[in-house]
Amino acid sequence: MILDLERFLRLERPLWRELEAQLERLERDPHRALGVDEVRRFHYLYQRASSDLAQVQSFSSEPELRRYLEGLVSRSYGETHETRRLPDRFSPRRYLAETFPRTFRRHLRAFALAAAVTLAGTVFGGLAVALDADAKPALIPFSHLEGDPSRRVAEEESASEDRLSGRKASFSSMLMTHNTRVAVFCLALGLTWGTGTLILLFYNGVILGAVAVDYIAAGQTPFLLGWLLPHGAIEIPAFVLAGQAGLVLASALIGWGGWGGWGTSSAQAGSRGARDIPTRRVAGGRRDEPSVGQSSAAGGSAPLNPEALGVAARLRAAGPDLVVLIAGVGLMLIWAGLVEAFLSQYHEPVLPYALKIAFGAVELVGLTFYLAFVGREKREP
Amino acid sequence: MRHEILTLRTPEGIEFTLPLAGPVSRMLAWAIDVACVGAAGAALGGIAGGLQLVSADLATAAVTVAYFVLQMGYGMVCEWAWRGQTLGKRVLRLRVVDAQGLRLKPSQVVIRNLLRAVDALPAFYLVGGAAMVLSRHAQRLGDFAAGTVVVRVPRPREPDLDAVLPGKYNSLRALPHLAARLRRRVTPDEAWLALRALLRRDELDPAARVSFFRELAAHLRSQVQYPPEVVETLTDEQYVRNVVDVIFRTER
Repeated sequence: MILDLERFLRLERPLWRELEAQLERLERDPHRALGVDEVRRFHYLYQRASSDLAQVQSFSSEPELRRYLEGLVSRSYGETHETRRLPDRFSPRRYLAETFPRTFRRHLRAFALAAAVTLAGTVFGGLAVALDADAKPALIPFSHLEGDPSRRVAEEESASEDRLSGRKASFSSMLMTHNTRVAVFCLALGLTWGTGTLILLFYNGVILGAVAVDYIAAGQTPFLLGWLLPHGAIEIPAFVLAGQAGLVLASALIGWGGWGGWGTSSAQAGSRGARDIPTRRVAGGRRDEPSVGQSSAAGGSAPLNPEALGVAARLRAAGPDLVVLIAGVGLMLIWAGLVEAFLSQYHEPVLPYALKIAFGAVELVGLTFYLAFVGREKREP
Repeated sequence: MRHEILTLRTPEGIEFTLPLAGPVSRMLAWAIDVACVGAAGAALGGIAGGLQLVSADLATAAVTVAYFVLQMGYGMVCEWAWRGQTLGKRVLRLRVVDAQGLRLKPSQVVIRNLLRAVDALPAFYLVGGAAMVLSRHAQRLGDFAAGTVVVRVPRPREPDLDAVLPGKYNSLRALPHLAARLRRRVTPDEAWLALRALLRRDELDPAARVSFFRELAAHLRSQVQYPPEVVETLTDEQYVRNVVDVIFRTER
């Protein structure tokens, strides 16, 4: 109990101010490295403030002081007990050359599932249009694709004017923003335990399959490939990657895949996925217990086992990978938007189909190589 | 069941609490943020008017991209730069914090904002609102996935003691050891309730005022037994006033 509040405040307030100033500095620059003396001082001030809070909690007249100290202790607690690795300063070169492709490869099974569902949708859409003539208007919700493919091709190839003249940039920006919104939605639907993500992927596949079979059946395969491949070689994989991110989120939510995530071995999960899970050092130096008090995500003091993590800890581990994946998807969709507006919409005789198809094929091979091999570490499987 | 506070316990055994923000204050903060984004969007439109002189196509593209970035990035940039606050949250004194009391990470800020896409369904954040009402820590789905909560940051304020304690003689102070016991036994919430009751006593209906202060005084009397000769002449309200004086005025 504090008998002399005035004296207590006179003695302690300068220390609180000092702690507050240190916190301000740390929060302003989270990458700032503290010297040993600074760490010792910070830890002393944190413990002193904690002790003051314990005293003030028994003192009835100072709820505001208690709140102030709670704020100070909670901020210091965050700084002191945070053991998740601080993300490195963002480097576009490192992101593109290492982080993004490695993150993609870490969740290969989620990607495989997303690709398989998209493919299943494509087969379904293709078969539906091939076997049932009435299916086309029901499956393809775009008015410009409802007509006869041969007629459209004839119109496009005989056009004497550039129908996108004066609006290529705005068309491109519309494509980029719309597609990115859809991709983010596909990721966010992972919150429906992945059901929404799978439905969206399947539906995308259905439209793709229906359009493809419609054009192939009309004998317009070169036009189809020349039209879709230049932007589709990037755009379609981008949607599958967004689906991959959604499924990673779903797997964290459900607890499948031996966390860190689908496609991650337990060993990898232990070395990487668990890296981002907050733990605290206990007396014996064992690093084994989630730091949260009563809202403990991993449940109790069992040794850290990625497969036995609670949902909150799994989501915490998945978060950085989701951001990496969706940022990569955004970049891919920017490229696809530019290509679609400035290249894909131009057909023979303006641009030979062979050239457009070759361009798309090069993109696809390049993307495959990039995702499969760039930034590969020796220990990756 | 929804909790109004999040209690965390440090390894040193110290507990601290974070008052959780409710759906209404968060909705108001969101409305302010929507207005801010709208205003910034209108300003972008004005700038685009100038770009039209160069190229109408480029102007439209620039506005489309800029508005998209504004919509998607507003929450992320503000919450990261202002440590968990947007303009709306600043006005309503709310803050996004890590649900485990740890440092807020950039990925958490990004995730909680990206997942608004689902929280906003089917309209006006109905899914997110329902999740908040049902969640223990008033989290929308984005908060749940990101491991964040939104807390209130009340403005510290000093009580206006002179309004209720006119500086008359206080018989309870005559016995310092009992006064000290009173300070220890009365909880902060009880002390605050007594102070508020005195500050707002004139708003009470006379009968309710008498009844309320009788109950409050009886409770406070049960905390510390003063000798009858010290307290027998005090009315219930005067007794509460003297208790508040003992607790809040420590520097005489």
